[in-house]
Amino acid sequence: MQTSRVQACHHCDLLVRPSDEPGSTSLCPRCGSVLQRSRRNGIDRPLAFALCGLVLFAIALTNPFLAMKSGGFVQETTLLTGIIELWKQRLYGLGALVLLTCALIPLAQLAGLLYILVPLRLDTAAPGSIPVFRAILHVNSWAMMEVFVVGILVALVKLAKMATIVPGVAVMALGLLTVVTTAAMTTLDPPLIWSRLDRRP
Amino acid sequence: MSAEPLTARRAGLIGCHDCELLVRTDAAGEGHHGRCPRCGAALHARKPNSIARAWAFLLAAAVMYVPANVLPMTVTTALGAAQSDTIMSGVIYFIHSGSWEIAAVIFIASIFVPMAKLAILVFLLVSVQLRCRWRPRDRTVLYRMTELVGRWSMVDVYVVTILVALVKLGAVANIEAGPAAVFFAVVVVLTMLAAESFDPRIIWDVIEEDS
Repeated sequence: MQTSRVQACHHCDLLVRPSDEPGSTSLCPRCGSVLQRSRRNGIDRPLAFALCGLVLFAIALTNPFLAMKSGGFVQETTLLTGIIELWKQRLYGLGALVLLTCALIPLAQLAGLLYILVPLRLDTAAPGSIPVFRAILHVNSWAMMEVFVVGILVALVKLAKMATIVPGVAVMALGLLTVVTTAAMTTLDPPLIWSRLDRRP
Repeated sequence: MSAEPLTARRAGLIGCHDCELLVRTDAAGEGHHGRCPRCGAALHARKPNSIARAWAFLLAAAVMYVPANVLPMTVTTALGAAQSDTIMSGVIYFIHSGSWEIAAVIFIASIFVPMAKLAILVFLLVSVQLRCRWRPRDRTVLYRMTELVGRWSMVDVYVVTILVALVKLGAVANIEAGPAAVFFAVVVVLTMLAAESFDPRIIWDVIEEDS
């Protein structure tokens, strides 16, 4: 492992030698952007969060999400009801976008992390780890589960005067899931993973 | 800061955007065919055609922003009467019903953020094209803000998704997604793509060429 690596700042191209001290954050001296965050247990922690996230995902997808009571009428929904409704209203693109940003991309990220980190933990590397890890980093800005949680809040306030809304187990699971997926991504130590995946002679 | 900051390009190196490996420019090869020896990502000293791409996405987003605000986001049918709501009428509704916090969230996420994002990216592109030397560090901070904040505009699209799922009471009350929901989602995606295709390093290139 190289300890005195030099890297180029993504935002201004300056060559900088980031600190490799665990737990430190290196900033670019010229433009101030984050160069690197060195993490303690950069494999174990994200692995634990990813596992936890997959369990929460299963809970969120299979349990009741929100129910609305108005008069004698009850409308129960799951996480995917809204997407199915958009699809029925022929808004295919919109439905696909919501499905991707709130379910498929975060799910794929967690599964991908597990696929890479379990073998790394056992001192081997899964085939295709490098493209999988690149994909996980690339789609990160398109995983928007935390925005969806704020959307739930706004929708609840909007409907509060109209009917009684009963939040289900899936709402709780989704709230936790947002925290856990964010934790999995931020406890990752990409420089460590890249050096472990490096196959060059 | 030293008098002559050493950038990767001046040192004849390219930093891999995916795995941070520094690769010699001559080894990477000119043009876009160079690949990172460690992770296989395409190597380029600067994102290809970043100014033209960013402009294209921005102009498309600006055009889509108009129907996104003018057309209805949701169409509510309650006891036979239909009511269309735009983004702004939703904000006004929340102010009148006393939940100004929610009004603020929607106003910031759906109206202020997309506008600010368009304005900032236009400013950055124009300043780069005029070879402006004004406060490169602050302009880089502006760029980072557009990258961080853009996703939050999706809130309204998700609200519509949830409303559409919940309010299905047949003749009593029913909510359908309006055309603005699609335009609005397109605006968010296009501004995110515009920010992604802009290369902040070109803000600094002018300064390097001076010294």
